[in-house]
Amino acid sequence: MKTVLQELSVPGPTVTALTEPFWNAVKFGRLMIQHCAACHRAVFYPRTICPHCWADALTWTEATGQGRLKSYSEIWKPGHPGWIPATPYLVGLVELDEGPTMLSHILADGAKVTVGDAVHFAPTQIGDQILPCFKIT
Amino acid sequence: MKALWSEAVISGIGELKPERKTDGINTMDLLMRVSAEAAQDAGIEVGEIDGLLVGPQVGETPQHVPATVAEYFGMQPTMSNVVDLGGASGPGMIWRAAAAIQMGMCETVLCVLGNHRNPVLPRSHNRNPAREFDTPFGASGANTSYALLMQAHMSQYGCAAEDYAAIAAGARANAQLNPLAIFHGKPVDVEGVLASPMVTSPLHLLEIVMPVAGGEAVIVTTPGKARKSAHRPVRLLGAGEKITHRAVSQAPSLTSGPLKPSIARALQQAAMDVSDIRFLSLYDCYTIMVAATIEDAGLCKPGDFGQWLSANGGMGLGARQPINTHGGQLGFGQPDLAGGMTHVVEAVRQLRGTANGRQIEDCETALVTGNGATMSEAVALILGSVS
Ligand SMILES: [Zn+2]
Repeated sequence: MKTVLQELSVPGPTVTALTEPFWNAVKFGRLMIQHCAACHRAVFYPRTICPHCWADALTWTEATGQGRLKSYSEIWKPGHPGWIPATPYLVGLVELDEGPTMLSHILADGAKVTVGDAVHFAPTQIGDQILPCFKIT
Repeated sequence: MKALWSEAVISGIGELKPERKTDGINTMDLLMRVSAEAAQDAGIEVGEIDGLLVGPQVGETPQHVPATVAEYFGMQPTMSNVVDLGGASGPGMIWRAAAAIQMGMCETVLCVLGNHRNPVLPRSHNRNPAREFDTPFGASGANTSYALLMQAHMSQYGCAAEDYAAIAAGARANAQLNPLAIFHGKPVDVEGVLASPMVTSPLHLLEIVMPVAGGEAVIVTTPGKARKSAHRPVRLLGAGEKITHRAVSQAPSLTSGPLKPSIARALQQAAMDVSDIRFLSLYDCYTIMVAATIEDAGLCKPGDFGQWLSANGGMGLGARQPINTHGGQLGFGQPDLAGGMTHVVEAVRQLRGTANGRQIEDCETALVTGNGATMSEAVALILGSVS
């Protein structure tokens, strides 16, 4: 029987002052990413300076939460033992509609997964954390 | 582009037999032992070494590494640095050594990498963003990153699992010619690779390198000093390097990497086409890495690596362009960051004509690739025995 995700004992994110707005928003069901006022490009993961143009002009904005699966992997032997009860589980690279790509946990409910699948933001409790997971649309 | 490398040559190599576990020995002792072997091979005394390139010391002193190593070794170099390009560190050292010699900073450079393997000793603390944005989702470690690269490649080009598995089987076949290899005496075929446990799809266990203890050292020097070596010198004819990202989510492409421009640059400096290369010594942490490198080198179109390998006659001595005759890291084992240097050392052996029991006929040119992190740190070298 597959363990429910909230029963896992796994390492959570090491939140910093810089990334706190991102993780706080996830708890309230919102996906916040940064945008650069100078070059108008989206930025993920959070920084203090824009990696595209090096301007000090980043602001937080809410993302649509829509994206596309660029790749995925079904994990049978996790790097951290706390994940073993959940195996096999899916992780994937999600290209957000805004541009940046983030790695995330993918919820597929047993459905067949294909590169290119549309996915949407699905905050999910993993261990004692709410994490920004994605679900196949 | 004029080649800058006309002076510096490789005159000495050292290599330790890989071990699954070590007890009592520290990294410094391993590095010193393999360095002494390289110096003896080059026919030089420790006092003649005036350049030192070392890797970061996992589980050892995190700061002042060159000074610590120099003191331990009894050296007083006039040029030294830590080179950390992950798996590309070995090849990355070779051109840096040549450049320092060309610049007149030193005459003889020791390039050395290695590690002990004792699970009790702590590894360095990881502070990079992957710790915050990959690990919480259950995606820690290189296996997942390379599985994501492989799945993207597979989905884009429709390559079969057998195509990738053939690389692991080919590496194992070559390892049967190398008594030092960790998988010497343990061949495996394509079916065997695919029957091994799925670790993180589509990667099977036998498509992943085996971590081992070990060490590799190379001496780079002037042609004058190289005459002290009993072997013919190996020349650096071209080099290319590019670094693009760290976390797999930040990769500019999932199916092609920075080795592509690095190999192109190295070939251009050497004034060669990839078809001129006799021996391919390709970094192989995972089967997908060799597949992507064959395509990025321009040996075939993207997605056609499997057909190319068949047409090449596989990877062994009978192949048109043999690949990883020492067994590659998939067959030899991966001695931490020294894993990338095994590809340099094997190329030197082949170009010297001293690859006993696995010598490629008429081997005068070699392409050596180094790859670090998630197909993100790349170094390519063209080495030659031609004068
Ligand atoms: Zn910007």
